[in-house]
Amino acid sequence: MLDKNGIARRIAQELRDGYYVNLGIGIPTLVANYVPESISVEFQSENGILGMGPFPVSGAEDADLINAGKQTITALPGASFFDSATSFGMIRGRHVHMTVLGAMEVSQNGDIANWKIPGKMVKGMGGAMDLVASAENIIVAMMHTNKAGESKLLKTCSLPLTGIGCVRKVVTEICVMEIKDGAFHLLERAPGVSVEEIAAKTEGALHIPDDVPEMLL
Amino acid sequence: MIRKTVSSAEDAIEGLSDGMTAMFGGFGLCGIPENAIAAIRKKGIRNLVCISNNAGVDGFGLGLLLETKQIRKMISSYVGENDEFERQMLSGELEVELIPQGTLAERCRAAGMGIPAFYTPAGYGTELGEGKEVRLFNGKPHLLEHAFDSDFAFVKAWKGDEAGNLIFKGTARNFNPMMAMAGRITVAEVEELLPAGALDPNEVHTPGIFVSRIFCGAHFEKRIEQRTVQTPSQS
Repeated sequence: MLDKNGIARRIAQELRDGYYVNLGIGIPTLVANYVPESISVEFQSENGILGMGPFPVSGAEDADLINAGKQTITALPGASFFDSATSFGMIRGRHVHMTVLGAMEVSQNGDIANWKIPGKMVKGMGGAMDLVASAENIIVAMMHTNKAGESKLLKTCSLPLTGIGCVRKVVTEICVMEIKDGAFHLLERAPGVSVEEIAAKTEGALHIPDDVPEMLL
Repeated sequence: MIRKTVSSAEDAIEGLSDGMTAMFGGFGLCGIPENAIAAIRKKGIRNLVCISNNAGVDGFGLGLLLETKQIRKMISSYVGENDEFERQMLSGELEVELIPQGTLAERCRAAGMGIPAFYTPAGYGTELGEGKEVRLFNGKPHLLEHAFDSDFAFVKAWKGDEAGNLIFKGTARNFNPMMAMAGRITVAEVEELLPAGALDPNEVHTPGIFVSRIFCGAHFEKRIEQRTVQTPSQS
């Protein structure tokens, strides 16, 4: 089973040389720590930076330089700043190659719910609806089950949707799933996790091939 | 050269009155018009409809106007990190309209650009799409979204000149340029107000035509919401 850093490390394997990538808040942010040395990618933050670097060293924080999670960041050589309309133009216009975001629920046809729990949490969707409506390569990073132990990979989402038919892959602490043809397709198991456990924790339609390799991290 | 300078935040907010709609630049607490917000609070203008990506935090940013109940309605994309906001929203004192961030930005831009409406895929298939006109382009459904209509826009820039030209810094740019274009009256506050000719025209982000009034902010706190630094293992 993977921890959050393990999930991020596995997602980093999906990066390709030359990708511009948008990382959501939470586990997705950790992906930036595991970019393979052999490739070059640039991270976009939708509040207006391409070429986002690591957190600053203590004392070098700049109130005018933050990421979408409002954390202080740095800008790498080659970075650029832009306004919010331009930023979402990059996203809607499909100039960003890969989007990694968290979710509360994902359905077998690729619907995603991650912005609202009626009566409990109504903080807003931020940029998530724009991202999932337009990006072509959407990877969800999340835990496989919720705090009550219930599957988050469902036949249909029960929470208000953020977008429909958009999620391409899901990486959880126990597996990698691809979503196609209205089902979750099991691609890889996390180290030490059985196919049976994954099947038991997945409510949505699940396709299990004869051979399910363990992930290489 | 048409001079846009006014001497203070108090002068800059002249004409803003109860019930008006106003845009506020900024993302979180980054690039917000602190001085205009303080002046609006002091003047006690009420029942405002505020268009802003976020709603500040308790005791800072637009949180200052929520505290004094000067805001009737918020139009935002994300409103976490604010207990007073949540209390007013749940009790029904405050009306809230949540819209996707890219749609928010584009509705500002469209307003400034003279585009009355546009289609976007964001929100289709969700509760945001209910009741909106849907049209297929290349087989993909899009929602019709309308430009905002705002009496005032309050923006914050790093440097500006007497002609109203603005230069932003870092990610403090965010919604400020589009909102500057969109306000019927646009008020810009800057950290450094320079004479005409001091800014290189090549480097101007917002041309002065979009700015009605400009002033040098008396005080910028520039509070950091999530101060985050490298841990030793990352360095």
